[in-house]
Amino acid sequence: MITLGSRKIDFAAGQEIDPRAIVRVSTDYHRPLPLRAREAFLVRGDDAPAGFASYLVLPNGRCPDNVAAQRRVHLPPEFEYLDDGDVVRLVPERGEIRTLYRRSSPHNSFLLTERCNNYCLMCSQPPRDVNDGWIVDEILATIPLIDPDTGEIGFTGGEPTLLGGRFFELVQACKSYLPRTALHILTNGRTFSDDAFARTLGSLQHHDLMLGIPIYADLPHVHDYIVQADGAFDETIRGILNLKRHGVRVEVRVVLHKQTVTRLPALAAFLARNLLFVDHVALMGLEMMGFTRANLDALWIDPDDYRSELTEAIGILDRARMRVSLYNAQLCLTDQRIWRFAKRSISDWKQEYMPECEGCIMKGDCGGFFASAKHRYSDRISPIAA
Amino acid sequence: MAKFLALAEYEKPMAAGGYRPLPYRFMPLSGDRYVLTNLVGEFVITERESLRVFADGQLSYQDELYSELKSKHFLIDGDSDVALDLLAIKVRTKLSPLANFTGLHIFVVTLRCEHSCPYCQVSRANDDRREFDMTRETALRSLDLVFRSPSPAIKIEFQGGESLLNLDLVEFIIEEAKRRNEHEQRDLAFVLATNLAVLDDRVLALAARHQVLISTSLDGPADLHNKNRPRPGGDSHARAIAGIHRARMALGRDQVGALMTTTAASLSRVRDIIDEYITQDFDGIFLRPLSPYGFAVKTKSYAAYNETKWLDFYFEGLDYIIDLNLGGFPFVEHYAAMILQKMLTPFQPGYVDLMSPAGIGIGAVVYNYDGDVYASDEARMLAEMGDTRFRIGNVHANTYEEIFLGDALLDPLEQSFAASVPMCSWCAFEPWCGSDPVFHHATQGDFVGKKPLSAFCGRNMMIFKGLLQRLNDRPQVREVFERWANIR
Repeated sequence: MITLGSRKIDFAAGQEIDPRAIVRVSTDYHRPLPLRAREAFLVRGDDAPAGFASYLVLPNGRCPDNVAAQRRVHLPPEFEYLDDGDVVRLVPERGEIRTLYRRSSPHNSFLLTERCNNYCLMCSQPPRDVNDGWIVDEILATIPLIDPDTGEIGFTGGEPTLLGGRFFELVQACKSYLPRTALHILTNGRTFSDDAFARTLGSLQHHDLMLGIPIYADLPHVHDYIVQADGAFDETIRGILNLKRHGVRVEVRVVLHKQTVTRLPALAAFLARNLLFVDHVALMGLEMMGFTRANLDALWIDPDDYRSELTEAIGILDRARMRVSLYNAQLCLTDQRIWRFAKRSISDWKQEYMPECEGCIMKGDCGGFFASAKHRYSDRISPIAA
Repeated sequence: MAKFLALAEYEKPMAAGGYRPLPYRFMPLSGDRYVLTNLVGEFVITERESLRVFADGQLSYQDELYSELKSKHFLIDGDSDVALDLLAIKVRTKLSPLANFTGLHIFVVTLRCEHSCPYCQVSRANDDRREFDMTRETALRSLDLVFRSPSPAIKIEFQGGESLLNLDLVEFIIEEAKRRNEHEQRDLAFVLATNLAVLDDRVLALAARHQVLISTSLDGPADLHNKNRPRPGGDSHARAIAGIHRARMALGRDQVGALMTTTAASLSRVRDIIDEYITQDFDGIFLRPLSPYGFAVKTKSYAAYNETKWLDFYFEGLDYIIDLNLGGFPFVEHYAAMILQKMLTPFQPGYVDLMSPAGIGIGAVVYNYDGDVYASDEARMLAEMGDTRFRIGNVHANTYEEIFLGDALLDPLEQSFAASVPMCSWCAFEPWCGSDPVFHHATQGDFVGKKPLSAFCGRNMMIFKGLLQRLNDRPQVREVFERWANIR
């Protein structure tokens, strides 16, 4: 687990820093002067070149005299991971630094809004009905600073499509500034039940776009219950149909918990028969964040207790020649015949292993745990021996 | 947390008021069990009493069967109506191949053959007379018609007689078709049906140059094959096996396919036949019934065994193949695989003998050596027996419109459309079945036929039931079947 943000930064000396700066981090001593004026230099050692807008000073770093004290920000040790090409937000008046993009990470994701029209029992990012349009401006400012060789970035929420036209602005910005970067968007798909909305996204012709859309049951009312929104299933299905009609790639995402596992094989058969044309199906272990903890009784089931349903469902999808992946699963709780579908997908900054994993020979291949799993995880974890 | 609503809240629209059944049909299986099928061939197996409750509109939304019927689009209720959108897409998907019209174009390049198989429906014993060869003029006129088909994929299959005995014409047709295709830009493929007995390097070079698939005959182990397929020297099997190896070496393993014909002598030998296919490194076998056309009827080999015996043969073979799969050796029975594709997937296989509207003319068409156009391979065999009912024109005398939009083709297509035929229209197996107006005309004198007297109907009904029983009784068999259904 790494720390992406802090509001305990001492900006006392930093009077010359922009009140709300989105800056690219540099470690380059030969950075052209015009660029230094809008970037932050990361100070790890004893010296630093002049002319940067600000200087992020790590615990072992010492700024030489040629750097004005008014541009210095002293960072705590948990920000040691910062490196050249990363992008951070600095808000001196709140004592805040937040890492928006890490060039070395394959898991850069941007929350577009906290608003949502679903209210999922297991939401890891509980929605808030707030006016947070400023986020879009910030991301539009960030995108041009991202390394164009980045493999993939993600958009998440809340529900990104509630931004309406500004949602398309963001997709267009990714297409224009990141022409080699894949874009993965988490959405509940409901907005795309409006065919015109789906057509507009298709017409942007993003070069490498995938929409991750949840379907939690083959029965509409069960899905609606899980997302706590009547009519959501029908809108989501129609949204997927419209998206595929307009050439947008879709990944179906299923979170595994007590309300979804019973009919998991039936859901797999439903997908294979009705939505065979989707591009990927991701089955995902439960993350112990947000609403999940409040609804734990309704949601928690030991993965060991849904082994057979999971194996059967993956088999149905695989035999129908659909692309299938299993995320956030621990191999010791999963039948070996479906290990080949398991991916290490938990974002690097929140992936962990448990004490019981000590000595397991499969650890390097195992998805492990969300850091939040310390709240609740299977008591049947056991190291796999050679 | 109070702000989360309970599942019961979302069940209210179902609890409030009944359901509407979507179109479905049913059929008894064994004992008390019934199978229900919907518009697109999805199915549910249940007990007679449950079916009655469902049909009476009395099924509770809390019943497990209700969930299964709703998930598989047998009913809609106040909770959701997106089932109608999905069902419509599935119907369109099943019917979509029709829009392509004729994809398979069979050229009978000669009737001459050096084999003298008693079951053969068409060929003439070898002689040097060229009157049974197709001419270049006929081939060119036929190609005119081939490229009038709107199909984006065109497959040209060369048949005989023994097609290799008129290799010059085969080469001529391939080169001319490819020349025309530079403008047409179709997905163009060639198949050469041959017994491989007169295979030589020139054939292989031609096939390699144009990616021609080889389709040959393999009836079983040597003794059975040679008995079925006599030729001078009695070495048909040895020549076929040698030819298969040579062709694979030159063209690639998967460029060579084999078909078997079932005779009375085959009936007790199904395992031997399957073992021969495994020995020769094929991935599967098509356990075929014998058709009632041509020499097969004249020589009484068709009457030599009845449908019951064939079904015993078929299921013995099927179960043997299933056991091979359960033991970890993947091997496919292709007739079952085609039916399972209809049962278990959204797709419709392009097998012309089991589609509705019938595959005649619109799935495949035959250009005979003399320029006559037949609605199917069986149609020209019928003509060899003197019944030219399915001769739909002649390449020299008729236009594309006269041939493909004429009554000779459209009448049997319309009359035999299974969804509107007595007994088929209410049969639960109709979504998986097809119509065969040629067979019914040949055996009963009209395009529809009385289904209780139809061997086509009886055989397929038994196969549908046999497949259902096997996949329903054993989950492991269902997995094997799901694999077969998705070979595309």
